[in-house]
Amino acid sequence: MNIFEKILENPKNFSVVKKLFYAALVVIILIEIAVSLLHLSHGHFSFDALPGFGSIYGFVSCVIIIVVSKFIGHLWLMKKEGYYD
Amino acid sequence: MIEWIHPGLLLIVGAAFIPLFRGSLKKIYMLALPTAALIACIFTTPGTHGVVKFLGYDLILGRVDKLSLLFSYVFSIMGIIGVVYALHVKDDAQHVSSLVYVGSALGVTFAGDFFSLFVFWEIMAFAPTVLVWSNKSKESIDAGFRYLLVHIFGGICLMGGAMLHLAETGSIEFSSMMAYEGGLAFYLVLLGFLINAAVPPFGAWLPDAYPEATVTGAVFMTAFTTKSAVYVLIRGFAGTELLIWMGAIMALYGVVYAVLENDARRLLAYHIISQVGYMVCGVGIGTEMALNGASSHAFAHILYKGLLFMGAGAVLEMTGKRKLTEMGGLYKTMPVTMVLYMIGGFAISGVPLFSGFVSKSMVVSAAGENHMAIPFLMLTLASAGTFLHTGLKLPYYMFFGKDSGIRTKEPPTNMLIAMGMAAFVCIFFGVFPGVLYNYLPFETDYAPYTIGHTVSTLGMLGFTALGFFMLLKMLDPEATASLDTDWFYRKGAKAFMWLVNNPVVTLEYNVVGEAYEFIIQKPILKLAQIFRSVDAAFIDGSANGLGKVTMAWSRVMQVLQTGQTQIYATVMALGIFVTVALILLLEG
Repeated sequence: MNIFEKILENPKNFSVVKKLFYAALVVIILIEIAVSLLHLSHGHFSFDALPGFGSIYGFVSCVIIIVVSKFIGHLWLMKKEGYYD
Repeated sequence: MIEWIHPGLLLIVGAAFIPLFRGSLKKIYMLALPTAALIACIFTTPGTHGVVKFLGYDLILGRVDKLSLLFSYVFSIMGIIGVVYALHVKDDAQHVSSLVYVGSALGVTFAGDFFSLFVFWEIMAFAPTVLVWSNKSKESIDAGFRYLLVHIFGGICLMGGAMLHLAETGSIEFSSMMAYEGGLAFYLVLLGFLINAAVPPFGAWLPDAYPEATVTGAVFMTAFTTKSAVYVLIRGFAGTELLIWMGAIMALYGVVYAVLENDARRLLAYHIISQVGYMVCGVGIGTEMALNGASSHAFAHILYKGLLFMGAGAVLEMTGKRKLTEMGGLYKTMPVTMVLYMIGGFAISGVPLFSGFVSKSMVVSAAGENHMAIPFLMLTLASAGTFLHTGLKLPYYMFFGKDSGIRTKEPPTNMLIAMGMAAFVCIFFGVFPGVLYNYLPFETDYAPYTIGHTVSTLGMLGFTALGFFMLLKMLDPEATASLDTDWFYRKGAKAFMWLVNNPVVTLEYNVVGEAYEFIIQKPILKLAQIFRSVDAAFIDGSANGLGKVTMAWSRVMQVLQTGQTQIYATVMALGIFVTVALILLLEG
């Protein structure tokens, strides 16, 4: 059993990993908001200096990419395997 | 004294001798070739080398400056890594064509004129085709032919553009084409380059062919064709506005297809298109920072994409599985492969401290500095998509996810070493970006690790991961194939063959064939009969007469032909003696 199995196969360890992940997200977005409010960084545009822009845009991007791609895929692009045979 | 050793020719010529070696000597020789090429690149001084006169033109085999050197380094390094990864393979055809392929990419990199560029460009079309065919399945043979045809078409575009350019300017030198923007020559050369860079709608050959290549062959293929195309685009077309948009669309195009894809290596292939999109966009922006970004991203990309293909290849090699729907749970038996793959995944996603972060952000920042809001947003969106697929979806379904029950083991040591080498480089340049920046074509004081940029990237990636886990159900891979622009020539070819086999054949057999018989075949037979009688009467007669005369004459000559060597030698010696005597006599 390798170290990854020890973490993932044990529900107790796995829930610790999950909590760490959520905690990290909270810390990151808080720092990002702080950086923007304290003007530690200047953006190139008006929008990318908004507090938490990176985090919000990342989440929105992810959702858009999955939903839109799957939509186009089912509507048009995805065919049965062996379509060209 | 040889003034300069061409690293590309060294590889192409050297590769021919691979079949002569056996056993470990062969392995040493195969490793020595790209290593020697890298050393030759390192010792090459900037300037113009290897100028050859050809039909009154100067062929420049060695245009050496910071830009060509940067690409030559990474091509040679990838050559070394690729050879290590393929050391266990017992197939000389693959080894030879891999190294010829690397050599041709180096040839393109150093070419300073259109003729030598074209020659290496064509080698670069043929050599990897062998790597696709070597897989020996029906799919790979078909895909290889399509690959070859597309690249031959691209080569013809390049040649046509170069010829027009020669006719207009009288020069075959290959440098910036921006002064000729809008002309046919400009667009033909550009089209040739865009096909190799896999820019949509000309890029369907890439996800078509790469997943059909052999495990080790695909690793070579990811590195050279598209990135040498990026190199020539930087040379010839920096600042072409069209490329900004093509690049930005390209970056998203690959991402959309990656959502739909079920074949592991095809998913990665679509992400090559996406990543090359950043480079093409950088070429279009055309500022020093953008070109530095395109160059450094090409450098970083070659190494992490090689690593990713090596990881997916290792899984394919050990399990025989290529579809995500058939994998899962492999982290239990291939943990080392998984960790090395993840390093590549973090690098391509631009996670801080990995190489993609320090290269990709240069292009995105260049779009920002030039206030191009929409390309900026498109490229950032694509970054989220990259992490989503290469860093999350693929490893999730390959190594984790639902346990497929497959129990295998780690791949051969040489494959792990090759992956380790690439992983080391991905981290090294992520931690020490200054080392890479030193070799960029333009001076730069770009600082990737500002607090704002680092935190916003972490936020972007972290919340992409959150979205991924929330929508995991939607992302389950489906066993389908995706339509791409290769539809036009794949279905088009079928339609064409139907057209040929049915209406055209019928027409040809029943109408043209009949007409041919009456209008051409019968009169010609008549005419032939007339000629034949003339021939029999006159020509044959004179030929026979000539034969008789020759025979009579040869009877006379027979006397002289004794067949004894000493007599011939005496006659020759006498002849020489008489000739020398005559010359002396006349001169005296």
